[in-house]
Amino acid sequence: MSARSRLVICAAVLGALHVAVACAGFLAPYDPTAQDREHPYAPPMRLHFVDTRGGVHLRPFAYAQGLRAGSFDEYEENVARAIPVRFFVSGAPYRVLGVLALRLHLFGGDAPVYLLGTDGYGRDLLSRMLFGGQVSLLAGLIGAGLTLSIGLCIGAAAGFWGGWKDEVLMRVAELFLALPWIYLLFAMRAFLPLAVPPVKAFLLVVVVIGAVGWARPARMVRGIVLSAKERNFVRAARGFGATGGYLLRRHILPETGNVVLTQAAVLVPQFVLAEMTLSFLGLGVPEPVPSWGNLLASLQHYNVLASYWWMYLPAFAMVPFFLGYLVLASLLQGSSRTPKIEEASNWV
Amino acid sequence: MMRFLLRRLGHAAFLLLGVSVLAFAFSTLAPGNYFDEMRLNPQISAERLSALRAKYQVDRPVAVRYERWAVALLHGDLGFSFAYNTPVAPLLWTRARNTLLLTGTATLLVWMLALPLGVWSAERLGRPVDVALSWATAVLLIVPDLALALGLLVLAVRSGWLPTGGMVSVGFEGFSLGQKIRDLALHMVLPVTVLVASALPVLLRHVRAAVAEALEASFLRAAEGHGIPRWRLLYRYALPAAAHPLIALFGFSLGALLSGSLLVEVVMSWPGLGPFLLEAILARDLYVVIGGVLLSTLFLVAGNFAADLLLYWADPRIRAGAPER
Repeated sequence: MSARSRLVICAAVLGALHVAVACAGFLAPYDPTAQDREHPYAPPMRLHFVDTRGGVHLRPFAYAQGLRAGSFDEYEENVARAIPVRFFVSGAPYRVLGVLALRLHLFGGDAPVYLLGTDGYGRDLLSRMLFGGQVSLLAGLIGAGLTLSIGLCIGAAAGFWGGWKDEVLMRVAELFLALPWIYLLFAMRAFLPLAVPPVKAFLLVVVVIGAVGWARPARMVRGIVLSAKERNFVRAARGFGATGGYLLRRHILPETGNVVLTQAAVLVPQFVLAEMTLSFLGLGVPEPVPSWGNLLASLQHYNVLASYWWMYLPAFAMVPFFLGYLVLASLLQGSSRTPKIEEASNWV
Repeated sequence: MMRFLLRRLGHAAFLLLGVSVLAFAFSTLAPGNYFDEMRLNPQISAERLSALRAKYQVDRPVAVRYERWAVALLHGDLGFSFAYNTPVAPLLWTRARNTLLLTGTATLLVWMLALPLGVWSAERLGRPVDVALSWATAVLLIVPDLALALGLLVLAVRSGWLPTGGMVSVGFEGFSLGQKIRDLALHMVLPVTVLVASALPVLLRHVRAAVAEALEASFLRAAEGHGIPRWRLLYRYALPAAAHPLIALFGFSLGALLSGSLLVEVVMSWPGLGPFLLEAILARDLYVVIGGVLLSTLFLVAGNFAADLLLYWADPRIRAGAPER
């Protein structure tokens, strides 16, 4: 398989994953904030094809869960009550990408079906995981976009104009590189308001994440601009009287495309992780809006850790995404076997 | 030599200055301070509050506060914690010691694992061992330390094999020395595992790449032709030739000693700098936050400086005054 077709396949798989999360409302059976007070901390339901009398059914079904007698958090399957899983059912209203209002869900049942169990408020974990992906991935994507735009502007300015401007910008970049980025994230978040409504908190997190990481892409872009501006066709264009802005736009910045793309593939998972970290620690997107980070936050309590293992399941959600981005980054980087120190520090 | 050293030192000083200014600049953006919440407390009178505000000078302009703080810093005083009502420095020091115990062990382990594994992998490039190691590092790269730490905790709680969180058991003071060491070691297993697992893949990849590149050099083929044993060839010839990027990375891991384990400490409730700093952030305990950030920056800068010195010692090209990097 050629490198190009591998790249296309990888990008297609990654794209499909993102589309799946964008259509979370369709894939998720319930509203992520809908509470079921009768079923707090219900374990994942098992799907059956064979009933108790040995009859085989084509349509999968689950047994309704009821509290075990004498306990307050242990459930048992009520085999007398089967819930057949129905597909393409009408359920809780949702919006796709914030515009298209729909009620259609991939699956559902006459009674609640919790494939991954529920949390302490009886909210369906699968639905929360899917909707949480929207928040986390969006934060990562916008954060990476922000960082790359800042990095591109600063790197291009430093490389193109050179002189004392270059010197000053690169010193500041070194300052940002020297700080441990998680501390930087914390420090910036520390001095911003703590209790804010979800939408504002989301924007705040995105801006903080985006503002922290610009130094590395800026240095890379600067290096490319430095070498690109000495290329013969650029000199020729300058000789014909091209202005600085035109030169940058038409001849120099296109040269940085590859580096910017590679950096994007490296930065997005890193920033998704940053959002998760902040939200996990309670500094990011607050309840009841789900995000991959705050879904894991309840595991900070010992009793949840000890009794309700399925609360850990959301941790697996980002694995396919991170795998996709890792492969994408290495494919974009090309065949060079030597990893660069610069890139390594992204992961340390 | 002197000029090289001085330039590096100047650079480090500039970085520390910049970080402290940056931290203070962020603090002016902050809405509210430690004493704002006290206004809601009916047991604290308005006079008492304004006396406190005056005492800690939170209402003075930021430039004045910065100047006073910087002067105090030069006298070895990191400021005063509002929440603990004691100087910051001793507080930070006890926490930093715990963090260093954790990260020092992890860093040592990671290098002891990465060097032989990386050399082994580079020697057998493309063979099953190398492929298996590459897959293992890829898996470790994908799983973030947050997920890994939580997963190990879930396993530990369910199996009951290892203590889950904290640094020592209840009643630690009454233990004999042997018991103390055993208890501490058991508590360290989980956090150290997570730290090693998150740092190992990056290191392993670099060692492998650097050694593989060195192995292609013709002087090594010549040495091989002279009949120098394989082991000696790998560790005495190839590894030093591959040292340059590894030394830079070593400086990196030295620098990350205080900052690398922050999240793991919070998840595993290790009483290090991480949870302490988080708590200070939530309480707006300004000088603790700035002190913590500055201390970890100091480590980073020192790590880089150490790497520079090591490079100077190890790489004759730098000593000869050739352009750096």
